[in-house]
Amino acid sequence: MLILERRPAPSRFLQLATPVLALIATMIAGGILFAFLGKNPVEAIRVIFFDPLFDSYSRSEILVKAAPLVLIATGLAMGFRAGIWNIGAEGQFIIGALTGGAVGLAFYGTDGVWLLPLMALAGALGGCAWAMIPAILKIRFNANEILVSLMLVYVATLLLSAMVSGPLRDPDGFNFPESRQFHDSATLPILMAGTRVHMGILVALGVVVAAYVILARHLLGFQIRLYGQAPRAARFAGVRDHILIATCLGISGALAGLAGLFEAAGPVGQLVPALPAGYGFTAIIVAFLGRLNPLGILLAGLVMALTYIGGETAQFSLQIPAAAISVFQGMLLFFLLAVDVLSTYRLRWQGRRAA
Amino acid sequence: MTVERLTQPVLITLALVALAVFALISGLDPVLLGASIIIAAQPLLLAAIGEMVVEKSGVLNLGVEGMMIIGAIAGFAFAVESGSPWVGFLGAALAGAALALVFGVLTQVLLSNQVATGLALTLFGLGLAALIGQPYSGLKPPAFGSLDIPGLSDLPVVGPLFLSHDAVVYFALGLVIAVWLFLGRSRPGMILRAVGENHAAAHALGYNVIAIRLAAIAFGGACAGLGGAYLSLVRVPQWNEGMTAGAGWIALAIVVFGAWKPWRVMLGAYLFGGVTILQLNLQAANLTPLWLLAFGLFLFAIWRTLTSRAGPIELLLLWLGTIALGTWSAAYPISIQAQYLSMTPYLVTIIVLVVMSADRLRANQNAPASLGQVFHKSG
Amino acid sequence: MQCDGFAKGPRVTPLLSINGITKAYPGVVANDDVSFTLMPGEIHALLGENGAGKSTLVKTIYGLVRPDAGSMMLGGKAFQPSNPQAARAAGIGMVFQHFSLFEAMSVAENIALGMTSPPDRRELSRSISETSARYGLEVDPFRQVGDLSVGERQRVEIIRCLLQQPRVLIMDEPTSVLTPQEVWTLFETLRQLSAEGVAILYISHKLEEIRALCDRATILRGGKVVASCTPVEETAQSLAEMMIGQSMAAPAVHNRTPGDLALDVQSLNVKSDDPFGVDLKDISFSLMSGQILGVAGVAGNGQDELMLALSGETLVTPETLFLGRRDISVARPNERRVSGLLCAPEERLGHAAAPAMSLTDNAFLTGNARERLSWNGFIKSQVTSNFARAIIAGFDVRTPGPTALAGSLSGGNLQKFLMGREIMQRPRVLVVNQPTWGVDAKAAGDIRRALSTLADEGAGVIVISQDLDELMEVADVFSVIAGGRLSEPVKTGSISIEEIGLMMGGDASVTQQMEALHVDP
Repeated sequence: MLILERRPAPSRFLQLATPVLALIATMIAGGILFAFLGKNPVEAIRVIFFDPLFDSYSRSEILVKAAPLVLIATGLAMGFRAGIWNIGAEGQFIIGALTGGAVGLAFYGTDGVWLLPLMALAGALGGCAWAMIPAILKIRFNANEILVSLMLVYVATLLLSAMVSGPLRDPDGFNFPESRQFHDSATLPILMAGTRVHMGILVALGVVVAAYVILARHLLGFQIRLYGQAPRAARFAGVRDHILIATCLGISGALAGLAGLFEAAGPVGQLVPALPAGYGFTAIIVAFLGRLNPLGILLAGLVMALTYIGGETAQFSLQIPAAAISVFQGMLLFFLLAVDVLSTYRLRWQGRRAA
Repeated sequence: MTVERLTQPVLITLALVALAVFALISGLDPVLLGASIIIAAQPLLLAAIGEMVVEKSGVLNLGVEGMMIIGAIAGFAFAVESGSPWVGFLGAALAGAALALVFGVLTQVLLSNQVATGLALTLFGLGLAALIGQPYSGLKPPAFGSLDIPGLSDLPVVGPLFLSHDAVVYFALGLVIAVWLFLGRSRPGMILRAVGENHAAAHALGYNVIAIRLAAIAFGGACAGLGGAYLSLVRVPQWNEGMTAGAGWIALAIVVFGAWKPWRVMLGAYLFGGVTILQLNLQAANLTPLWLLAFGLFLFAIWRTLTSRAGPIELLLLWLGTIALGTWSAAYPISIQAQYLSMTPYLVTIIVLVVMSADRLRANQNAPASLGQVFHKSG
Repeated sequence: MQCDGFAKGPRVTPLLSINGITKAYPGVVANDDVSFTLMPGEIHALLGENGAGKSTLVKTIYGLVRPDAGSMMLGGKAFQPSNPQAARAAGIGMVFQHFSLFEAMSVAENIALGMTSPPDRRELSRSISETSARYGLEVDPFRQVGDLSVGERQRVEIIRCLLQQPRVLIMDEPTSVLTPQEVWTLFETLRQLSAEGVAILYISHKLEEIRALCDRATILRGGKVVASCTPVEETAQSLAEMMIGQSMAAPAVHNRTPGDLALDVQSLNVKSDDPFGVDLKDISFSLMSGQILGVAGVAGNGQDELMLALSGETLVTPETLFLGRRDISVARPNERRVSGLLCAPEERLGHAAAPAMSLTDNAFLTGNARERLSWNGFIKSQVTSNFARAIIAGFDVRTPGPTALAGSLSGGNLQKFLMGREIMQRPRVLVVNQPTWGVDAKAAGDIRRALSTLADEGAGVIVISQDLDELMEVADVFSVIAGGRLSEPVKTGSISIEEIGLMMGGDASVTQQMEALHVDP
């Protein structure tokens, strides 16, 4: 029978190869799914995975989609590495958009280069504060951060909806539940004319580089890795777990909040109830697909953004339902987790023993 | 000791009276309210009791939300296609178990991380349900009648509250009893607990840890599927994308609240059912600051009662105060935004988690010792 | 050296015979063509070092491991258990080294779980009481196992086996967790069983015990049977040489003169936050530089808690811990390291080291504070890697290099690395817990010598260990921890093993008498 045998050390090659393997397996399984839906599988895969790469506008849109995913996933990865499971990034994203957006709306019509940094700061602080709720409840009361952070997603969604139909509602908006459009100083500058490629993409790149350096070279990164692998050894090494929990949740919350503000002050341009597009959840997939490594996450974010853009095209051109794309993304994570076993264990065929 | 024994039923009665007063001042029929709380509690109860068994075997499956939503759409689709809600429930249980087994194979055979795999299950389930559900939105499912007992179901108060529900309500109650007997009294149940307590020792004694856990996972999935189907076939009854709205996550919290004991899990499910129904009804009602204060006091009273740190006199005063303030607040109507009320189930979940986890000793007492750990036979 | 035990006994059919069992794991042959026989009523020792293949062999007999080749006969019939249930049904009972018990469940439930078809509750608790009375194994069937002492837990394991009337009873390292008195009681039980015709396979590396108890011995080394003999006809020395395959170096003679006060502990009280943990009660002692203090005791009597309080993982009330003159009671681990107090905890993987991290990372784990391996929080990778290399070279760690993962090293090699990591930092005081647990004899000898050298050079050393022989060998002064209390240290050699045994059992009156005897001579 087939048995799993632990490798003396994880295979480095397979650690890099498994995400690619998972992607290929997802394409195959996705093709089968599309065939079931009565679509041409080869064409569907081509439209989703390859066509966007050959169109300059689609390429720029991939960057626009990838920026929030990469920002959030980088923050999440730091927590996941430490075994701290913040899965409420969606909520922190919303609160970041809300607090940062509120600052922008409070200074409506005011010009000044200071406004955007101030909004970004408010967004990051808002997301960070929202993430501090599970952090403090975990530290002080031992409450499970997974459930608390998740519950706060629903609360944040409702709060956004209450705000845009209450205090932040556009006074000239005919009672529609949405805020005013941000004025020019409160909108992210566009980097390439004719596209929606904005400043936030550069910030995301910078964050990736910083996170990479911290994880690989800095004491904080060492503590994160150590705490995730052996919490007792971490305490022995002098890591103060309360501070580490707060730091990890705080960083991931701040980055998710920043992503939320960039989304509101960038592509969307106002606060609307539909602002959260599931980036906080998709970023979990991105973090794992990128092997919880910032550079990997950069690649994984681009791939995931590709499926979004390709998926949108496929919706129009092939009438493939939007939900099929989220099935696709879920499958990707499944396959990734399944093939992951190969990097730490090897498969071996064990014959029946001689009598 | 005797004082405590006496105050327990008194407090529960007072809590129920407080509920009834709130119902009356909001212009609602307390009996009807009670009956709808029972309905609202079923999806949570089914999912939570299943997850409790899974966790007792030492596995943490965070994919309850995903299995519930798959159960909701599978139940709906099977019921609509066959015309029979029974076929719907059966299909939902099978679909939930099938999805759970994907999780089982990944975590037990391929040794993947349980947290990550549970999340994947939820993300995948939500997507798949939305995909399957597209042709079904806007349809009405076949009706699922209540099991009326001639004569008895027509009794005032008792009849509508306890004796005129559908089969699933009684099934869920039976399931709680069965799980209680299974875990506490039967040998297979004891083996399941042993596997959750110390999988290495159970393996050394010759028990098949992986097979036992796979069976528990499949059972949990079937229960979550049933819970989801109850949402789409009875409680709503309709198919909406994302209709579970966090119920699966709340079910996970209920297991913690219930300290891995079947009866407490049931109590938790009814408590959350109550909160959900109350906030729904209150969205329609007129609310005042005074009323909110009363409601806050109500929640505080629940909290003090649950923590059992407060003395009986304090609790009596709290509940009496809640009733008084609630009655008084019947005047001055000003409405507040509905969204804030919709937050209550989620906020209550957080509060309950905090209260239950704060006392580490008590929280850990009944928790399975190898919960969430990877098991690999070596040597 | 090799002597034959077969000729000694009368010619009866063997109860269990093992013929050419071979089992290979990737990179290691655990059992290589192992053969021996077990007679009815015989107490048969299976002797060998850690990693000699004893565990794999008994797991094969108990149906947990399938051999690659070879066969077994039980009572004249072919015996090929596919799982432990089958082995139990055939009459094999096994008491595990790391008990296979469930802490949150009752004694009766634990026993029922180890039986293939247990009787109903009432009948079961009746037969538990009956068996425990008959063999002097007192235990209350309704208590939770988590609340029992280690000795009581072992009784639960034994009763669990006895209730199924085994023909063969396998005991895997049964005495490593017992006090000397508990060991004697256990021997009584085993002799009684043997008189009733039960064959006992007794696994140990404790030579004196084997000489006292066993009728015959089979010695394993590197997975092979290297000798079989009658233990009473051998000396501990000759048994050890068969086991290790070379002559043992005599322990270094040490005559150190203690220097200044190195570590002073003044009525240390710590409440454990683990429900099954032990509270430390009023612990006071002084350690001089150039002195080795041995702390004996049965596992779970406060050793771990003492270690955590000394390492700084648990902070204690001010003015209870002094390093020299400095109050370090509320200093955190790295602060203590900087001032010169270093520790090496018992659990290598997961506490002292992170298994999935490289040796370089693990060197950084405790080395950062004292060796300044980082600058403004940025890790100096070259310096750290050199530090790891120096440990590997200085302590003869067999590994491909500093990038190897800690988890891939053998127990002995990893322990040498971890000891080296602390010793290379030149501690003023070093605290080690179970320094040679699960380590092969050669590495154990190296580690003990390194500790002695460290003390010779003027450091204060505390060795916490359950191995009395080890403490007798290395310690200058000696004390016993029982129930969270530490006895007044006395000079090693001024106290007999029997007296130590009574202290380990936590007999307060004896402890006080001993203190009275030895403190003011």
